[in-house]
Order: sequence, then C-alpha cells, then structure tokens
Amino acid sequence: MAYAEDAERETLHHPKSFWTKYVWSQDHKVIAIQYSLTAIFAGLVALVLSALMRMQIGFPGALEFIDQNAYYQFMTMHGMIMVIYLLTALFLGGFGNYLIPLMCGARDMVFPFLNMLSYWFYLLSVIILMSSFFVPGGPTGAGWTLYPPQSISAGTPGTEWGIVLMMISLAVFIVAATMGGLNYVTTVLQARTHGMSLFRLPLTVWGIFIATVLALLAFPALFVSAIMLLFDKLLGTSFFMPAMVSMGQTLDYNGGSPILFQHLFWFFGHPEVYIVALPAFGLVSDLISTHARKPIFGYKMMVWAIVAIGVLSFVVWAHHMYVSGMNPYFGFFFATTTLVIAVPTALKVYNWVLTLFRGDIHLTVPMLFALAFILTFLNGGLTGLFLGNVAVDLPLSDTYFVVAHFHMVMGVAPILVVFGSIYHWYPKITGRMLNDTIGRLHFWITFIGTYTIYFPMHYLGFLGMPRRYYAYEDYDFIPQSAHDLNSFITVVALIVGVSQLLFLFNLFYSYFKGKPAGGNPWKATSLEWLTPQTPPAHGNWGEKLPVVHRWAYDYSVPGVAEDYVPQTVPESEAPIHDKGI
Amino acid sequence: MNVSAPQHHPNFDEGWDDPAIAARRKKTALQVMLAVITALFFLFTIAFLIRAQYPDYESLAAPWQPLANPWLLWVNSGILLLASLSFHWAVVSARSENINATRDGLYLAGFFTVMFLISQLWLWQQLIALGYYVNSNPANSFFYLFTGLHGLHLLAGLFLWLKTLREARGGLPLSLLQSSVALCATYWHFLFVVWLLLFSLIVGDQATFRAIAAFCGF
Ligand code: HEM
Ligand SMILES: [Cu+2]
Repeated sequence: MAYAEDAERETLHHPKSFWTKYVWSQDHKVIAIQYSLTAIFAGLVALVLSALMRMQIGFPGALEFIDQNAYYQFMTMHGMIMVIYLLTALFLGGFGNYLIPLMCGARDMVFPFLNMLSYWFYLLSVIILMSSFFVPGGPTGAGWTLYPPQSISAGTPGTEWGIVLMMISLAVFIVAATMGGLNYVTTVLQARTHGMSLFRLPLTVWGIFIATVLALLAFPALFVSAIMLLFDKLLGTSFFMPAMVSMGQTLDYNGGSPILFQHLFWFFGHPEVYIVALPAFGLVSDLISTHARKPIFGYKMMVWAIVAIGVLSFVVWAHHMYVSGMNPYFGFFFATTTLVIAVPTALKVYNWVLTLFRGDIHLTVPMLFALAFILTFLNGGLTGLFLGNVAVDLPLSDTYFVVAHFHMVMGVAPILVVFGSIYHWYPKITGRMLNDTIGRLHFWITFIGTYTIYFPMHYLGFLGMPRRYYAYEDYDFIPQSAHDLNSFITVVALIVGVSQLLFLFNLFYSYFKGKPAGGNPWKATSLEWLTPQTPPAHGNWGEKLPVVHRWAYDYSVPGVAEDYVPQTVPESEAPIHDKGI
Repeated sequence: MNVSAPQHHPNFDEGWDDPAIAARRKKTALQVMLAVITALFFLFTIAFLIRAQYPDYESLAAPWQPLANPWLLWVNSGILLLASLSFHWAVVSARSENINATRDGLYLAGFFTVMFLISQLWLWQQLIALGYYVNSNPANSFFYLFTGLHGLHLLAGLFLWLKTLREARGGLPLSLLQSSVALCATYWHFLFVVWLLLFSLIVGDQATFRAIAAFCGF
C-alpha cells in the first residue's frame, strides 16, 4: 500500500504525458474507452465473419475460399468473439468502467492500477485470439462450445494451434475479467458517495453489479474446462477424452468424460447469457425511464428480479444438454427451473411497458433502440420457453430455430441496448451529440434488418434445416423456397452489416463536428450528468463529492416545474417521489 | 478529453481514501477474491468427483501406490500449517504494536511457504522418477493439477507477502500494517484449508468418492 501506491496515485491524478494519460492510463473513463474500442474492433471482425458465413449459406460456393474448414472456423470465431470478446467486454469493461464510478459518485474505481492491468490483459487475450488466424492450421473450428473429443481430435480444423490459442486466450480473458470484476464489486460496495444507499443506485449499476458477480462465479467454470482440456490436448491426460479410434488409429486416451466438459461449459455458459443480459436490462431501464420522463415502474421489484435471475441462472445450465442424454428427472428439474426463471424476466418486461404507459415518450434515438430491445427480447424470450421444454427441444435442437432464438435474445437484443446506450452516453463521454439523422437511419436499418434476418429463421428451423452445416444443397426435406429465403436473408445481412459503417462514421464525425452537448442534454437525474465538467475530468467531481438525497428516477414529480429532479437536490427544494427508497 | 484536473490531491477529500476506508476496501476485495477461488476449487472438486468414479481411476494412495503411506504429504501439510501460524503470530504482534515481532512473523511465514513449495516440487520429482506421469492415470493428472494450481495461488500470495514485508520494513503507520498483515494471514489460512481439501481428494479412495457422488445424486 505504502509508497508504491502513492506513486501510483501521482500518475493517476496528474498524468503528465500523452502516454500516461491515454495509454497507460489508470483513469476509469480512459480505460472504459480503451475497452470499448477494442471490443468494437473485435466485434467488427466477428461481423465480417458472419457476412462470409451468410455468403456461403445464401450463395453456396460463390466465395471459393470458404471451404468446410473455413466455414467452421468462421462460425467458431464469430460465436466466441461476439459472446465474450465483444458483449461481455463491452458491458463490463466498457459501460461498467465508465458508469459505475460516475453513477456511484466515486472518484474512480477503488483499485485503479488493477483496473489498468485488467484492460491490458483483455487486450492480450484479443491479440492471442486473433493471432490464431495466422498460425498453421488456422483458428479452431470446434464450434464456440468447444466440445471434446472433436475439438482436439484430428479432422476438426485448427487442432494444431488454433484450439490451444483459443483456450489460452480464454484463460487470459478470465484473469482480466476477474481483475476488473474485483474492482466493480468493491467500488459498488465500498465507494458510493454520501447518501447513495444501495437502493438509490440507478438500475444500470445494479445490472452491471449482479452481472459482475455472475461473471466472477461462472468464469471459473470456463477456466476449469479450458485448463483441463488444455491438459488433455498438450499433456495427453484423459479428463474429457474417452478411448478413441481416430483415422484408423487407436489414440492414447482412455476413460475420460466428454459429458463432464459439457456440464462445466454450460455451468459457465448459461450464466454467461445473463452476464450479457443483466447489464442490458439495467441500461435499458434507465434509457426508458429517462426518455419517457417517468419513474421506472417497480424499482425495488426490478432490483429483486435482477438478483433472482442471477441466482436462478446457476441452476438451469443443463437445458443446453437435453440432447446429450440425461436422467429424465434431471430433464424435468432443468425444464422447471428454466420456466421459473422466465417469471422474473417477464416481470421486467411488464415493468418496462408500465413505465412507458402514459409516459411523456420522447422518440429519441436511444429510446428507439430501447423500444426495439423490448420487442426483440420478448420475441427471443418466448422462443426460449419452447426450447426450455425437453419434448419441444429435442426436434428443434440444432436447427435454425435455435440460431434464431439465441440471436434474438442474446445477440441482437443486447446489441440494440449497446447502440441505444452509446447514443445516450456519447454526449457525456465526448461532450458532443451524435448526429440524429444518421442515428435514425442506422436505427431503422438495424432494427428492421435484424428482424428480417432472424424472424424467417424460426420457420427454417421448423422445416428442419440444421444449424452448423456448411452446405445445404441436395437434401430432400429442404425445399427450393428455403434456399431462396436463405439468399434473401444473406442479402439483408449484408445490408445490415454495411450499414454499421453509418454508426462508425457517426462516432468519428460527431467527435469533431457534433452539436455541443452541454452537461445534461437529456435532462437526466443520475449523477454522471451532474459532473462539473463534460467530459468529466480526472477525479470526476472537482473539489467536493456530490451528496445524494433521492433515488435516480424523480421524473415528472407533481408540483415541480421541471420534469426531472437530479439526485443531488435535497427534499426541501423538491418533494421525493418514492419515499420508500 | 478535458483535463482541468482539480488542484489539490483529490484522493484525500472527504474520506475518499483515508486509511481506514482503504483498508475496508481491500478487505472487501479479498473476500470477493476468496469467493472466486472457492468457486474455482469447488468446480475442480466436482469435476474430480465425477471423473474419479470411472473404473480406470487408481488412487495414488492405494496400497500398491507410492503415496500408500502419505507421510510426505503430512510433512508438507505441517510446513504449510507453520506458515499459517507464523502469519497468525504476525497478526497478533501487529495488533500489540510490536513491529519487530511482526516482521519476524512475516519472515517466518515466507520461509515456510517457500519451503512448502520446494517440498511439493520435490514430491513431483519423486513421482516422476517412479514413472508416475501426469497422463498415466486420472489420479495422477488430478494430483499434478491440484498441487500445481494450489502452488500458483501461494506464489501469487507471495507477491502480497513481499509488499507487506516492504511495508513492515519501511515503517508504515501501524494501523495500515495491521490491516495488510491481517489480509495476508486470511489468504494463507484460506489456502491451508483448500490444501486440506485437496489432500483428502488425493488420498481418498474410490469407494468414498462413489458414496459422496451417490449421496449428491450424480
Ligand atoms: C447481423 C449480425 C449477425 C449475423 C448475420 C450472424 C450470423 C451467424 C451465422 C450465419 C451463424 C452460423 C450458424 C450455423 O452455421 O449454425 C452464427 C452463429 C453464432 N452467432 Fe451470430 N450473427 C450475427 C450476430 C451475432 C451476435 C451479436 C452474437 C452475440 C451473441 C452472435 C452469436 C453467435 C453464436 C454464439 C453462434 C454459434 C456459433 C456456433 O455454432 O458455434 N451472433 N451467427
Ligand atoms: Cu441457457
């Protein structure tokens, strides 16, 4: 603690050079931007990969370099990057880093040095992952679930280097996420400003906080499976690898349990869905409340729903394994828990809708994205109820119905929140508004486009079109109309993909040319809008920490002239909407 | 980005970073970290219990196996216990404001920890010399995995220890030193308990694991 850390503090709060200010920075806001830009870069790679896959599905053979191996490699990298390196990193490392200290009224994360390390480990994990494109044999094509034995057996692309780099990269990512997570949790618990009780925190903080707890407890499962698989691959152990004959040769493996890997993987994998979803829930609650100028409906219920979802998410994992075979009672148990978790989730959707009900809805770009999120998430959630039931899941498993379901619920829905949130907080981060016209264009293309891509996939799934196939020609049960539909989906996917350039252009253009935003362009109540400077300076609050007198949702308080009351306004100046909080 | 930083040292206003608060934050962080490590070893234990039920599992402590008489493991456990006790002594000394004794306690704790690690490595070497490689049997695989990971956690702990030692030698205010030493001690006690768990998994026999697994329903 002593001297070394005093030195750290010096660099933290009086950054002298470009390097300490923007590169080796310990300021949570700079780290947040570093995390976000890196995640967006990774996301663009994954987006390009999805376009290439869609080309192969919609126009088989049109791009000659996509052979079976390449398809599986693109698919695997796409899935893993989207889930881990884009969404998880962006929500926790990006939004978490930026918003937690500001919304709690803290000067920074409590351990700035660790926070910086977290980013650099994350960057390292991305570099390791991307380097697998350039090694002999290329990246792994095992599917993002990495199931052994195929993930490390001959015949799967990338078993030489790709799979090893993938697992090392994941291990490094987990270390990064843990260092970040320690900071987020401790900051929320121990660094809130005066008057900021837990139940006065904006739901954004709650969502990210509980998601971080999930990450801290679920990532170890991925870590365990990655380490043990790495042992099997590199040291010839048989944790997961059964006795096997591969290409006519008996392998040295003996007696391992592939199902064990699946349990470990999904013990991580299902909470992972909520690691992505809970921050999205939190952020979107704040978007809706702010732009509908109404207190969030059922604040405490929303908090408890987040907590309940977090707890339940640890007891549903085997709904991903119905087709792997299990004791029928287990199937019953996991189907039941899966349906139970739908209750707090549905409750959140009702509360968002009730918040909108008779609100003064401003159809700003963030609000458009928030509304689109509700629709998309609802759709994906409903198909989840289908897949949660064993008897319904068996025929639908591994079809495009599943692809449609998870893209809706954890692909598109969170991405819509990411966009909405960037349009919402960009003015605070840069001091300028994003261009509204480009924003609306981007929104409509993305929203209608993604629906057009994924809605028909439910139907393809009912037809029985299997997922994770490289070529769909010459199957009797797939009619010509399905192929036409696939071509159509591909065209739309390409349009949606290219239209993201609008967004990138907007980010870049508005940074220099955007309308100056002022400190609080949306007339919002939470602390980050009340910083003395915009963008907030080092230490965030100038001389004095803010003092909080109320929750974050005092919009349209009766008898108050303005339609919002910031959290720092004392009760003597404006009544408090919800005294219970 | 705007850079009009506040003029005075922003960390020291309104208790944002006074020593008591800093200590509390570190304590919270340690508790969270221990929860994470618990999750990690819990999952390893589950994986072990599942894998150990397969017929090819052959415990290293079976009568014909090298650890049939696990005296070396007991010795190592004793060394680690001494490290833990030394930390405890350091905590007590720091509390009674005896800097010298605190420092000695820290030195001893570090010494026993390094001893433990060396002794574990020596055990590895013994087993390898006897032909018990990491891939010869799942029991061996788990043995190397468990001892290795546990050792890595101790190694990471030694960084904390080094920092605390530097503080003790550099004359840090006693209240701060007390909290640093206490945090280290907690971590070591925790890793000692983890070691006992791993020890029992290494020497336990298959029938017991089957019974536990059956009891838990898998
Ligand atoms: C417009 C954007 C996107 C398009 C066009 C797209 C397209 C695809 C395609 C064609 C596949 C392969 C399906 C198969 O062959 O079975 C796939 C798989 C996948 N995608 Fe996306 N995707 C997009 C966005 C996302 C996002 C945002 C996520 C974040 C969660 C995501 C997560 C996944 C996952 C986890 C897989 C499964 C990979 C595997 O089977 O191993 N995708 N996507
Ligand atoms: Cu799930």
